[in-house]
Amino acid sequence: MRTFLRRLRKTNKIAYFSFWILVLLYLSAVFADLISPYPYDLQHRDYPLCPPTFLHFFDKEGKFHIRPFVYNMKLVNPSLNTYEIDYSKIYHIKFFVKGPKRKILGIIPSERYLFGVEDGGKIFLFGTDMHGRDIFSRILYGARISLSIGIVGVSISFLLGLLIGGISGYFGGKIDTFLMRVVEIIMMFPSFYLMLALRAVFPTNLSSVQVYLLIVVILSLIGWASLARIIRGMVLSLKEEEYILAAKSLGLSTPRIIIRHLIPNTFSYTITALTLSIPGYIIGESALSLLGLGIQEPYPSWGNMLSVTIGNLRILTTAPWMLIPGFFIFLTIISFNFLGDALRDILDPRKW
Amino acid sequence: MKRYILRRLIHLVPLLFGMTFISFIIIHIAPGDPLTKLKMNPEVSPETIELMKKTFGLDKPVIVQYFYWLKNILTFNLGESFTYHVPVSSLIKQRLVNTISLSIFSIFLTWIISIPLGVYAGLRDKRWQEKLLSFIAYIGISLPSFFIAMLLVFFAAKTMVLPIGGTRSLFSENLSIFARFMDYMRHLLLPGLSLTLAGIGSLYRLTKNNFLESFNSPYVVTAYAKGLPEHKILFKHVLRNAINPLITIFGYELSGILSGAALVEVITNWPGMGRLILEAVLSQDIYLVMASLLISGILLILGNLFADIMIAFADPRVRLR
Repeated sequence: MRTFLRRLRKTNKIAYFSFWILVLLYLSAVFADLISPYPYDLQHRDYPLCPPTFLHFFDKEGKFHIRPFVYNMKLVNPSLNTYEIDYSKIYHIKFFVKGPKRKILGIIPSERYLFGVEDGGKIFLFGTDMHGRDIFSRILYGARISLSIGIVGVSISFLLGLLIGGISGYFGGKIDTFLMRVVEIIMMFPSFYLMLALRAVFPTNLSSVQVYLLIVVILSLIGWASLARIIRGMVLSLKEEEYILAAKSLGLSTPRIIIRHLIPNTFSYTITALTLSIPGYIIGESALSLLGLGIQEPYPSWGNMLSVTIGNLRILTTAPWMLIPGFFIFLTIISFNFLGDALRDILDPRKW
Repeated sequence: MKRYILRRLIHLVPLLFGMTFISFIIIHIAPGDPLTKLKMNPEVSPETIELMKKTFGLDKPVIVQYFYWLKNILTFNLGESFTYHVPVSSLIKQRLVNTISLSIFSIFLTWIISIPLGVYAGLRDKRWQEKLLSFIAYIGISLPSFFIAMLLVFFAAKTMVLPIGGTRSLFSENLSIFARFMDYMRHLLLPGLSLTLAGIGSLYRLTKNNFLESFNSPYVVTAYAKGLPEHKILFKHVLRNAINPLITIFGYELSGILSGAALVEVITNWPGMGRLILEAVLSQDIYLVMASLLISGILLILGNLFADIMIAFADPRVRLR
């Protein structure tokens, strides 16, 4: 791992940077309830569609404050959702402030938040939605869904692909023809339509956990096909390699050949393919949630946070910060793409 | 050539068969049989149920039902929509036209933008022009099509330069045919541009890579050695060989284009197949879902067939194989 990172830093600065962005994103997803200043479903009734709060260091008299502070927003026109900054009082940013009780990581009960503002002040780094919920906090909580689904979905698809592609490539013949036909047929449906048709099989009102599992299953059912094809191709070509023949003539058992010789040799390729296919799962989840078929309110995912902007031009134009979750989807995907391409360059055995 | 096309067509038969089977199976893995589901739906009249029972053999075993259904789709009877109370095929017809025009419009734009850019970047490889273009392409590849559509809708709503949603303006019936066509195109711009922007990045990258690969091959060295003028080498030797793989990939990319188009349709309110299947899923209109899935697959197959025929025209090696 360490040598890998060193090589990455030397050869590809952007990919190195992307790697750390991903680490940061995943860490903030895990520790969402520690970092976020508010619970994801806390509604600030007086602040619907409130614009983002800016951090200040200089007050109105130009005096410098070491501790950054914020001004509160005041709703001037409730029908148009226009806000004005209330300069009368400043609120300093503080660490470990008190707030409503919640359980960190679902275990440790606590009422302290990593950061927040003094009593009476509000801090909405990315603004609020129409229920007055803090978008910054919701993005952190939503990352749990949006980021984990990529990993979980890819893992299941990979297992399916490894099994089916492996069988197909190893046995060949009629089994191979049949399995590859199935793969071909699945890939002949545009994934969006297949995704929606599979979703249509199940009722629309499911619990969050059920929906999460359902999305993973749907995405894996679609995704295994292309991975199986890749793995089959690899098994087919590796089977003919001389070191496999050598291992066989040395009398090694088939499982040992597969575990010690075949699989390690597919790693360089599969790791790249997996990294590059994670974005597809993230987009798939976002798309389903965006269309109201995925994660349901009040629990946030990056996709369903964007869904209010569809067909609602008034919200879109008065509160463009509602689009911020989209930038997080973008940031995640571009990081995975940079990292995946760099992995391909590094792991490509022809380069050594 | 004829034999090649014939072989392609024969290859499609098991595929189509499998696709109809999968479309059918998906609906039947749902818990509960369709008949009880129909009866529970208050919007479906007893007469419709009786008719569906007859034409689709809903009281027979599943395998028999499949053949009933297959017989019906071969005569373009895709069943009845429960929410709209009209035959599914008539619903799909209007939407299909919109989806096809959206896809063709954006495919055309994507190709005429990204191929010159790819060639230009290939010629300026490793210089700042190529680095800049490739970085922008990375951004384009990583932006999901629905998010591009959202950003464009946002700008359109702010600046009021483009109409958002629908296929025509309010009083377009009174216009001449040409003006009506222009009106349609104006409405097509927003979804079309979203889809184009989403597709340029990957096609640009493919063009650039193919161009470079073809540029570094021995026959180009030969062409230079025998003193051919540069423009002839570039256009006759390099470019033609670089574009051939792109045509093959076209069939593969089409899946992404159709999926992207569906999402963009929903965001920009363009009445196409994507919105149709979404509405069908939301209202649990099973026959409409099944039909949309099947039609989208057939669209993809036809696109692939078109790509196969095009590549046979462009590349004699494929034709003669």
